Amino acid sequence: MRVWRCILFAALLGATSGQAGPTRVVSMNLCTDQLAMMLAAPGQLASVSYIARDRRASAMADDAMAYPINHGRAEEIYLLKPDLVIAGSFSTRATTDMLRRLGVPVVVFEPGYALDDVPARILQMGEALGRQQAARALVAEFETRMASLATQPTRRRAALYSANGYTSGQNSLAGQILEAAGFANIAAELGYSHSGVLPLELLAMADPDVVISSRPYARASRSEEILAHPIVRDLTARQNTGEMRDADWVCGTPHILRAIAKLQHLHIGAQALSEGIQ
Amino acid sequence: MTKLMTGLSLVVPVLFLLSLTLGPAEVSAGDSLAALFSDDYGPLSLVMREIRLPRSVLAVLIGAGLGLAGAAMQGYLRNPLAEPGLIGVSSSAALGAVFAINTGLATGMALGLPIAALAGALIGVGLVLLLAGPQGGSITLILAGIAISAMAGALTSLVLNLSPNPFAANEIVFWMMGSLADRSMLHVWLVLPFVAVGAVILLRLGRGLDALTLGEDAAQSMGVNLNRLRLMLVFGTASVVGGATAIAGAIGFIGLVVPHILRPFVHGQPSRLLWVSALGGAVMLQLADIAVRVILPTRDLKLGVVTALVGAPLFLHLIYKTRKGQG
Repeated sequence: MRVWRCILFAALLGATSGQAGPTRVVSMNLCTDQLAMMLAAPGQLASVSYIARDRRASAMADDAMAYPINHGRAEEIYLLKPDLVIAGSFSTRATTDMLRRLGVPVVVFEPGYALDDVPARILQMGEALGRQQAARALVAEFETRMASLATQPTRRRAALYSANGYTSGQNSLAGQILEAAGFANIAAELGYSHSGVLPLELLAMADPDVVISSRPYARASRSEEILAHPIVRDLTARQNTGEMRDADWVCGTPHILRAIAKLQHLHIGAQALSEGIQ
Repeated sequence: MTKLMTGLSLVVPVLFLLSLTLGPAEVSAGDSLAALFSDDYGPLSLVMREIRLPRSVLAVLIGAGLGLAGAAMQGYLRNPLAEPGLIGVSSSAALGAVFAINTGLATGMALGLPIAALAGALIGVGLVLLLAGPQGGSITLILAGIAISAMAGALTSLVLNLSPNPFAANEIVFWMMGSLADRSMLHVWLVLPFVAVGAVILLRLGRGLDALTLGEDAAQSMGVNLNRLRLMLVFGTASVVGGATAIAGAIGFIGLVVPHILRPFVHGQPSRLLWVSALGGAVMLQLADIAVRVILPTRDLKLGVVTALVGAPLFLHLIYKTRKGQG
């Protein structure tokens, strides 16, 4: 009798979760970590990467505390006995090849380069985990919230500027976040469609209304020293956006909605300010 | 000699002006120089004062310091191969600087960065002189230099790789090759006292270095205090190289190339070589910094690439000559 009840329960469980997905999934990339944590069934996700717990890079650092971590090494991942490994396309080929040779299925995810990539990655993760229904629900929620955030573009000019003088153009996630919040990206004016090094001189000459930068790491580096250059400091001080670019900007997940909302807030605030002056 | 001094003194300001007019922002030379003195040019004034001016000033300061340090070391060791970059003084200074940045000493203390680099350079020069001995035989000098460079370079990489900052590990190139990109006036004020104090110390060693060309005994009988001379040389070199490296990374070969080219013009007299090498060093680093901006305007090509392309063949030539002299 008891046995029958168990079998019935298992059958029901199988029916509600649709297809039977993998039962022991290891993710080794910050962005797939987050998508997997959002979509996985309880107990399905066995490990996430150590970066998922890093508050500076991960928008879900607190959630990641609940999972064992890995460092993306083939040996430790194999010992976790996964029936599916999820890697990013920037994960080392040597590691993923080794895992495949050892007979572990590996799925590789491209990073999100655009806002449109977010629903696609969510659905891909749903497919990989056998959680299509949850994925479709998340996509629907994302699209509703995205639509409610739509703003009128204005001509307020902004620049993204990070360590080593890197800027991001319209073909990058950060560039699209900026655009979605209604700012005009000076990278486009200067001919940067992707990401690249923008010399400090050109940033100064472009004289953007807002310069968005990120908080330097606790231990200083020369790469980030450019953000302390008087010119960058003055530009970020205009709207106090020196530390604005945070973990929400890193991955193509629904967390980018938070980044867009914060930027819009800034945008509206800045507009009110300039109207007030007039 | 005076003709050479006058010539070099004229070239330095010309290159200085040329350097001020160079940059990724395409602005006419007239406008850019006018913007330096007037606020009417908006962001261009800012670019000139906060980006190009410090870069040009640093090229003169650091180039002069490195040329001078090379001439002084070669005078003391009576060996044309002695050069701060080649014998590991610059890499030791870079290690000091990297250590200061990664322990927070550089941010916690106003002069923490250059002082740490100076301490590193001090250890570097001290070790080289200790290992090479007072005669400064070429082979021991170069071997000591290789060992110290390798050690300092490895420790620098170790510190940068251990840093929790994800950008740190990529900075090994900067510390080994040097660059003047994106420095501000703050850096000028940081490096100025160290290069100035070191330069004054080294320039005053002229008489002692001249006497030393006759041999140590003769120099001593002429009243030269060799211990004091060595101490001053070590401290002066460390101060110049430490200050320069803390801000611009390790830029090699300037102290080798410049005294070598200028030595015949001053008839091999060390005291006069000190002055002309300072001017010559300023010229060479200015030229190198102009070259990196002409070759790759929007990217940060490292200075060491250019100085080594000029300096390494000369170094080989010097080794060849030294070997022939011995054989």
